[in-house]
Amino acid sequence: MPKFGKELGIFFLLVVLCIFTQSMNHQFLGAANLINLASRVGMYGIFGIGAAIVIITGGIDLTVGSMFALLGVLMSIMLVDHKWNPLLAVAATIGTGCVLGVFHGFLITKVKLQPFVVTLCGLLFYRGLAQFIAKDETKGFGGAEGFKWLKEFATGNVKGVPTSFVLLIIIAIIFSVILHRSVYGRYLFAVGRNEEAARYSGINTPRVIAGAYVISGLLAGISAILFAFYTNSISPSTHGSFYELYGIAAAVLGGCSLRGGEGSIIGVLLGTVLLQVLQNLVNLLGIPSSLNFAVMGAVILIGVTADRLLHRRTAMAS
Amino acid sequence: MLEARAIVKRYPGVTALDQVDFSVGPGEVVALIGENGAGKSTLIKILGGLTHPDSGEVLLNGKAVGLSSVSEAIKLGIGVIHQELSNLDNLDVAGNVFLGREPRQFGFLIDRREMVRRTQFFLDKLGLSISPDAPLSSLSIAHQQMVEIAKALSLEAKILVMDEPTSSLTSGETKRLLQVIGDLRAAGVAIVYVSHRLEEVKVIADRLVALRDGKNAGGLKREEISTEAMVRLMVGRDIQRQAGRPAVAREPRLQVKDLRTARYPLHSVSFDIGKGEIVGLAGLVGAGRTEVAQSVFGVHRRVSGTVTLDGEEIRSGSPHDSIQRGLYLAPEDRRHEGLITSMAVRENITLPGLSRYASVGLIQKPKEAAISEEMRTKLRIKAPTVEDAVRGLSGGNQQKVVLAKWLSLEPKCLVFDEPTRGIDVGARSEIYELMRGLADEGVAILVISSDMEEVLGLSDRIVVMHEGAVSGVLAREHATEESVMHLAVGGA
Repeated sequence: MPKFGKELGIFFLLVVLCIFTQSMNHQFLGAANLINLASRVGMYGIFGIGAAIVIITGGIDLTVGSMFALLGVLMSIMLVDHKWNPLLAVAATIGTGCVLGVFHGFLITKVKLQPFVVTLCGLLFYRGLAQFIAKDETKGFGGAEGFKWLKEFATGNVKGVPTSFVLLIIIAIIFSVILHRSVYGRYLFAVGRNEEAARYSGINTPRVIAGAYVISGLLAGISAILFAFYTNSISPSTHGSFYELYGIAAAVLGGCSLRGGEGSIIGVLLGTVLLQVLQNLVNLLGIPSSLNFAVMGAVILIGVTADRLLHRRTAMAS
Repeated sequence: MLEARAIVKRYPGVTALDQVDFSVGPGEVVALIGENGAGKSTLIKILGGLTHPDSGEVLLNGKAVGLSSVSEAIKLGIGVIHQELSNLDNLDVAGNVFLGREPRQFGFLIDRREMVRRTQFFLDKLGLSISPDAPLSSLSIAHQQMVEIAKALSLEAKILVMDEPTSSLTSGETKRLLQVIGDLRAAGVAIVYVSHRLEEVKVIADRLVALRDGKNAGGLKREEISTEAMVRLMVGRDIQRQAGRPAVAREPRLQVKDLRTARYPLHSVSFDIGKGEIVGLAGLVGAGRTEVAQSVFGVHRRVSGTVTLDGEEIRSGSPHDSIQRGLYLAPEDRRHEGLITSMAVRENITLPGLSRYASVGLIQKPKEAAISEEMRTKLRIKAPTVEDAVRGLSGGNQQKVVLAKWLSLEPKCLVFDEPTRGIDVGARSEIYELMRGLADEGVAILVISSDMEEVLGLSDRIVVMHEGAVSGVLAREHATEESVMHLAVGGA
C-alpha cells in the first residue's frame, strides 16, 4: 500500500517514542496523563487540519497563533464585559475566524499576493490588534458567571474523553471525507499539484484556494475558544504565540508537502500526536523544559529526513 | 568516430534497448527514427552521459569510453540538444547559452561583455534576430528552442545529438536550422538527428537508422530514403494517407467575431466553424494563433469581441463557462496546462466533469472508475491501469488522456493546439482518426498546427494568420503548402 507509506513511517516513529517514554516513566500511560495528552492533542489537532488543507493548495497560513490571541481577547470582552449570550459569542468568534479567512483568501487569489506575505502581515497585525484592544492587559473569564456551562463544556469531557479530543475526532472524520472523497477535496489536490492545468479543466481555482483559508480560519476559531478556556487567561502579547508553527509542523510530519498537492488527515493527526507526545516526554523524563523546542526541532528533522530517505529507497526499488 | 555496440538497457518491466548498434562518422548526418517508446531517447541519454547501459559499449575513435556524466560527455566533445526545453527562463539569452561555462574576469566575476559578444555570434549564425540580453521568458517557445540550439553550437562539439530540434519551429526556422546543420557537416561535425518530421530527414540525412521496440529495425542509405520506406521501418506496416472529406454546406457552430487578444490588441480576428467541420488555423509561430485559441476558450480575457457557440455567447475569461457549454481546448503545453501529470489517468480524465460522478459533493468512485475505464478502452490509451500516473505515459498516450477528458463530456467544439507535437507516427494517425470521427458526429474542430502536412491533411478549410490578423481563408481544394505559406508570410 504505497498510499499509506508516509503515514506508516510516522506511525512507527510514534509507537517507538511511546514505548520509550513508557519504559522510562510509567506515568506516561496512566489515566491522568493520557487525558491531559488527549485534550492537548484535540486543541492542536483541530487547527492542524486547517494548516494541512492550506498547505495542500501550496499555500501557508501563519496567522493562526495571533488569531488565537485576537479571538480570545474578543471573546473575553463579549462574555465578561458585555455579557453576551454564550452561544452568540461562540458563533461570533468562529464567524470572525471565517471572515479573516475570507480576507486572506481574497488577498491571495484576487490581489494575487503570496500566501506567506499575506499571512505574515496577518500574524503581526492581529497580534498588535489584540494587544491594542486589550490595552495590553491580560484578559480572562473570571468565575465564568453566566457561561459556566460553556467553560465546563470546553474544558470538560464526554464520558471521560476530553471535549477537545471528541471535537477533533468529529472534525477529522468530516474533513477526511471532504478531503479524500469529495469533489472539493479532489480540486484541492488538483490545484496544489498544477494550478494551471486545473484552471484549464474549468476549475474555479481562486474559489478553491480561498476556501482553504476559510476552512483554516473556521478551525482556528474553534481552537481559539478551546485554548481560551484552557488557559483561562489571555495575555495578548504571548497567548498562542508560535502556535501556527505547531500546525504546520504536524502537517509536514504527517506527509504534507509545502509544494502542495500532498497530504492526508490521518497524517496530520499522527503528526499532532507525535508533537504532543514529545512535549509530554520532555516533562515526564525530567529534561529541562528549556530544551523543549530543541527536542521538537530535532525530532521533526529526524522524522522528515527518515521519510525522505525511505522514499528515495522505495523509489529506487520500484 | 562515435560508435555504440550491442547496447542493452533495461528498466523495470521493459527492455528499452536490446542489442542496439549505432554509429556516426565525422561530417555525417545520421537520422535516428522510430515511434515513441522505440528507444531513441534512451539511446540519446546514453550518448549524452545521462544514463548508463546495462551492457554493451560506446567507442570514440575506436577507444571504449565510459560516459559516466554529462560533463564527461561534453569534455569528450558530445553535445546534446534535448527535446524538453532545459532553459532557465529567469535568465537572459546569453546567461542560458553560457550557463555553467560563463566567461570570467578575475576568476570570479562574469565577463558579461564577452558572453554577450559570443552569444551574438551564435545567434547570428542561426539567423536569429533576438538580443542576447532578452530575458528568456519573453521569447516564444520556438525561439527558446533556438537558444537551446545556439547553446549546443557554443559547445563547439565534435558530435552533436539533436532530439526533435524542430518540434516547435516554423518552416522558415526549420529551413535555417537545416542550413546550419549542413554547415556543421561541412566543418566535419558528426550529427545525430532525431525527428518525427520525415520531410526534414529526407532533406538532411546522409543515412538513417530506425529503431522499433528497442531493437535495430534497419537502416537506409541516402538514395533509399523515402517517406514510405521510413514509415515501413518504423511501424512495420504502411500507413495510408487519408482522403479528404466531402465538402458540404454546414450550419455554423462556433462563431468568433472581432476577437482582439492582449498580444495583438490592434488586430481583430473573425471566423466561423460549421457543425462537423475541421478548420485549420495556420501561420508562423508568433502569428497569434495560440492566443486566439486561449481567448476563445477563456483562459485569457478577450480585449474585445464575442464568441458564440450554437448562438449562445460565451463569457470572456472563463474556461468554466466554455466547458459548461461544450467548448474545449487541448492546449499546446500538455504537461503543464492539459494534464496534472502526477495524478492518475482516472483523476485526469474525470477532472473537468467531476460533479457528474458525484452526489451531494461526494465522488462516486465506481462511476468515476467506469467512465475512465471506458475512455481508456475507447481511445486505446496504453497505460497498465487507469490508476497509474499520467507522468509515466508516452506523449501520444498523454494526449489521448487529454482527449479523454473532453470526450467523456459532450463536446460541441474542440480546439486543438499543436495536437501531435512530439507524438510518433502511429499515435498521430490514431489521433487524426479520432478528430475525424468527432467531426463526423457534428463536433466543430479548430486545429492549430505548425506541421503543414497535418493542417493540409486534416482541414476542410484553412484560416491563415499573419501577425495577429487573418490574412486569408483557403478552401481545402485551393490549399497547398505554397498557398498557405504565401498567406502566412503576409502575402496578399
